[in-house]
Amino acid sequence: MDFSLTPEQLAIQEAARDFALGEVDPIVDEYDEAQKFPMDVMMKAGELGFLGILFPEEYGGAGLGYIEYALIITELSKIDPSVGISVAAHNSLGTNHIYKFGNEEQRQRWVVPLAEGKKIAAWGLTEPDAGSDAAATKSRAEKVEGGWILNGTKQFTTHGTVGDVCVIMAVTDPSAPRHHNISAFVLEKGMDGFRPGKKENKLGIRASDTAEVVMENCFVPDENLLGEPGEGFIQALQILDGGRISISALGLGTAIGAFETALAYSKERHQFGKPICQFQAIQFHLAEMATRIAAAEILTLSAAAEMDRSGKVSQLASKAKLYSGETAVFCAERGVQILGGYGFIKDYRAEKYFRDAKICTIGEGTSEVQRMVIARNLLRGH
Amino acid sequence: MRIAVCIKQVPDTEARLRVAKDGKWLDEEDLRFVINESDEYAVEEALTWAEKTGGEVVIISLGPARVQEALRKGLALGAAKAIHLVDEAYQGGDARATAVALAAAIQNEGADLVLTGSQSDDVGYGSTASLVAGHLGWPHAWLVMGLEVEEGGATAKVTREMESGMNEVFRLTLPAVIEVQAGINHPRYASLKGIMKAKRKPIDKPTPAELGLDAASLGAAGSHLEILEIAFPDSGDGAQMIEGDAAAAAKELVEKLQKEARVL
Repeated sequence: MDFSLTPEQLAIQEAARDFALGEVDPIVDEYDEAQKFPMDVMMKAGELGFLGILFPEEYGGAGLGYIEYALIITELSKIDPSVGISVAAHNSLGTNHIYKFGNEEQRQRWVVPLAEGKKIAAWGLTEPDAGSDAAATKSRAEKVEGGWILNGTKQFTTHGTVGDVCVIMAVTDPSAPRHHNISAFVLEKGMDGFRPGKKENKLGIRASDTAEVVMENCFVPDENLLGEPGEGFIQALQILDGGRISISALGLGTAIGAFETALAYSKERHQFGKPICQFQAIQFHLAEMATRIAAAEILTLSAAAEMDRSGKVSQLASKAKLYSGETAVFCAERGVQILGGYGFIKDYRAEKYFRDAKICTIGEGTSEVQRMVIARNLLRGH
Repeated sequence: MRIAVCIKQVPDTEARLRVAKDGKWLDEEDLRFVINESDEYAVEEALTWAEKTGGEVVIISLGPARVQEALRKGLALGAAKAIHLVDEAYQGGDARATAVALAAAIQNEGADLVLTGSQSDDVGYGSTASLVAGHLGWPHAWLVMGLEVEEGGATAKVTREMESGMNEVFRLTLPAVIEVQAGINHPRYASLKGIMKAKRKPIDKPTPAELGLDAASLGAAGSHLEILEIAFPDSGDGAQMIEGDAAAAAKELVEKLQKEARVL
């Protein structure tokens, strides 16, 4: 079994690290405080290909796989989990949904500008009353001549206010069985009856854009339907499998960022005449963090590798997402503890990782939902 | 216009260095290597001028197998090809022996301009490029902060930083060897497409014979300088920490400078 990365994968990892240090690091604290979306950073990321990682070159992408994708999201998240999640959501949710389930015309029309980084993608599944229970979706699409009329509200949509192209799941046939009554549509910024709602004021990942999107008698033409009517829910579940690799990489990067902050501090901070890293109490924290990070890294990359190999990763992606998310929260908490009083104030990033980490056990399926998915697979037939 | 860039791979400046067992060089195990900082600026300058003049960039480096990673990065940034002087005969040389090899590789490529950084971040002799210019018989500029290629590549206007914050501007004829300083431009980032394209770009590994060189003039065998020892200087002795509030500490410091160090 060979876990080593290829020279190209190492180069991609280094490119993402260089970009994160050069372009993201200087703005992290200001954008977090102001809850400002780093559009400039996203556009620059687009020029380097980070907004089209997973898509073939003929659709404007870099033509890479989930391993490279996970490496990039991890590197970005080490410096800023907000940028990590923005790049991840753009790639693996919105753009990927259109790429996977769109026809050739739809791919040319939307995937190309999204993969080239000229537009930002959003993806709307969650609703006020349909979170983990996505099948409880209430947003409604009614068939009319030449298209559909959409009504409803999506909540917690990444890029809800800045997104140019948004994939929306809505019920098209209320009489059809659950899981077969939802369809996926592409909505574009500026369509009549389609607008951003309230932008959320969040605990963490504050520079990422999370908002409601509202459809009020919004006419969406037939050519904006992805796949066949009724396939939307099944499509969304497949998209979420890839999304879990995103959050796994996000959690891993957040954990490493928190760990590296704490490690560096422990070497500089002197108490009782020596650096605190020489106290066993601190060493045990660091050793535990490093070990969990190593495990999260192997799980994340093996889920990514399986995605590239077979595309079937429900079980493994859930395990990776669960473990990396919990590792992010664990390492961020220990990080604050190691920094002590300095971990509790904003002079160091430990405090920010602590806030940012929590999304990793919540977004794209809570830790509880992941355990449910894993257990369901274990007990299939019982 | 064909622009050659000489780069050196050096230990990451943030790496924690250890002296090797023989005491003559660093222990390279677990050491992270990067492109020498001012060489990164030379690469960017070369790519910019190649784009403006419709030319291409060739990256050249002398060093062991690990240097290939640095060359690949240069190719990912946009260079057309790379030359790796990896043959054992080239290795372990002083600046003069290294310059002999680099000059031959540059001549073999038919470069119109050679760019490189002003100094390496490891040994920091700052003399290799001057020696390359000497071997080629080309004009040369050091510590360059501004470059303008003129008349389609016949001449170049160069801005150099002098002492006291003054600049010197002069024109030289090409071909020439120009050593740039870090900060002359904003080096670009490698793009994903660039990295994937680099995979298919050539890295030539010419032997001394292929460059018409006698192995005896190269590497350790051709060197006139031999490193006897590298070591960390003794630390700790002589340093005094002055504790207390700023006013009292300043008073004590002045007193020590007057009475103990006798420099005031």
